Amino acid sequence: MTATWEAGYTVWPVVIPLVAAACTMLIRRRGARRWVMEAAVLLTVVAAVTLLVRVTAGGTMVMKFGGWGAPFGITFVADSVGALLTATAGVVALAVAVFARADIRARRRNAGFDPLFLGMLAAVNGAFLTGDIFNLYVWFELMLVTAIGLMTIDRRRDQIDGALRYAPMSMMGATFILVGIALLFGEAGTLDMAHLATVLGGRPPSMAVTASGFLLLAGFALKAGMFPLFFWLPASYHTAPIPVTAALAGLLTKVAFYAMLRVLVTVFGYGAGGALPGAQLLLAILAGATMLVAVLAAIAQVDVRRLLSFHVLGQVAYLVMALAVASFAGITAAIFYTVHTMLVQTGLFLAAGAMQRASGSHDLRAAGGLIREHPYFTGLFAVLALSMSGVPPLSGFWAKFLVFEAALDAGTVASTFLVVIALVTGVLTLYSMSLLWLRAFWNPRRVGHAGRRPIPRAMLAGVGIIVACTIGIGIAVDPILGLSRAAAAQLVGHERSATAVDGSAEVVP
Amino acid sequence: MNVLLAFVAAGLFGCSVYMILSRHLVRVVLGLSLLTTAVNLVVFQAARSRATQPPIIPESATRLEGAADPVPQALILTAIVIGFALTVALAALVLRSWHASGTLLTTPSRPADTGDPAAPGGRT
Repeated sequence: MTATWEAGYTVWPVVIPLVAAACTMLIRRRGARRWVMEAAVLLTVVAAVTLLVRVTAGGTMVMKFGGWGAPFGITFVADSVGALLTATAGVVALAVAVFARADIRARRRNAGFDPLFLGMLAAVNGAFLTGDIFNLYVWFELMLVTAIGLMTIDRRRDQIDGALRYAPMSMMGATFILVGIALLFGEAGTLDMAHLATVLGGRPPSMAVTASGFLLLAGFALKAGMFPLFFWLPASYHTAPIPVTAALAGLLTKVAFYAMLRVLVTVFGYGAGGALPGAQLLLAILAGATMLVAVLAAIAQVDVRRLLSFHVLGQVAYLVMALAVASFAGITAAIFYTVHTMLVQTGLFLAAGAMQRASGSHDLRAAGGLIREHPYFTGLFAVLALSMSGVPPLSGFWAKFLVFEAALDAGTVASTFLVVIALVTGVLTLYSMSLLWLRAFWNPRRVGHAGRRPIPRAMLAGVGIIVACTIGIGIAVDPILGLSRAAAAQLVGHERSATAVDGSAEVVP
Repeated sequence: MNVLLAFVAAGLFGCSVYMILSRHLVRVVLGLSLLTTAVNLVVFQAARSRATQPPIIPESATRLEGAADPVPQALILTAIVIGFALTVALAALVLRSWHASGTLLTTPSRPADTGDPAAPGGRT
């Protein structure tokens, strides 16, 4: 009984936002609804951090729903990766919720911002914590539905248009994933990821398993915004309200990358030969192409939100590059980079919202002079931009350093070539951010209103939370790096989590 | 039977992809709905559901022999519900788009592009 109560910690980061989402749908008073939402986000952060502390201290925690063990029931498995990313998602949601106090007004609240946002948070946490591959698919679909609702919250024409680009593409991606899951289930007869790893690990790879692996890879790559199938992201993200865009940019593509990491590494034993021939090279090519296309497209943008959307793609490419290296160091770097980029992408989009408030437009041609009008905000933005470009001592520097180190250590032709592309991309990223800096902050404003427009304190606080995190991770690298190492060890050597789940299978009659 | 189902699933996939590639939004919605059906058929088939006996353990027996696997049925049921929900959401979007713009065609210049028409990658 005590054991069940202990394992209950794994479900709180999902249950709290889900219950609160139901409550906010029933509450009629707008003020009360907002308070419930904010309290729920805060509680989720507390639950996620508690889970992280407990997992770090006591190892992987497993929750078996209804007491049914691995091959029969659905499990929630909180290992270091899941707990670390859940905690990061909590911080991201907190920053967005704080920022939303100034940006999400009565109409958007009445249109259902609070329940949709909480639903999305629950889906993200569910995807990070579930141990069942079909359950993972269900969380992806919940993310998609809530994202459509959030994206079209003003019911403007461009938003509906953006959602019409996003939704069909994302549904196609979900289809790939579901077909992959079906083939996998047909081959292995189980849906539990740890159990799948055990079953598939003990037999030679078959055609169905290989097909399933590449289908899952295609589905997750589409949802993460990788090279040939990325165009829906910059075509739709900029239409949503800024807090929504920030949450989508910080959470959704990263969940897709996490799923790729988890499924490829844990289930298919990717990197150690295994059932996916050529996957490493494929990922390397896709990562390199995504990087170059994204950064070159970003340089051409004048809308801040579009510019940052392309950088979202560019950063995902670094994650995939780390995954393409496939060594232990590469997977560690991928996890560390995911934590960093979840925070910084959200922060940059929130900063773009504050810039819009200060200059009256998202268009860089109409912006300018922010350094004189808002020196403190300029400082916050500079930290985020430098962190994304990978300047020490911020979290982005360590993230990039780890990726490069892993790729160079691997020493293959593909990884060395990737490092060259990544360095070029890094320089171009810095160039793109300098353009943004010059146009919005350094140069005086040429058109538009005269005089200073204030930035609401809630916006500064939202951006400030993220800035504090990126500086904090940059200075105290060791705790997060240690967690990433532990997480990578659990992902690669999945025996531990497999026994954690399988050990209970005898309970089943 | 399996070969027949495989060809049906393949045919459904082909039809749905053809419809999704259409410029008409209602066809896209119908195509996606057809796609979910095709996937359900694949799930059904991949799980090799040959038996038709219900998975109920008879009295005095402790093992279940020769029964149908209930898991793929549960999966398909879930997938049907999710597919239905997404199709409805998408149909609502299309209806909204029709009210707003008066057309169901994906014309070359759409409202989400107007921010910067010269932007690469902005069109789908």
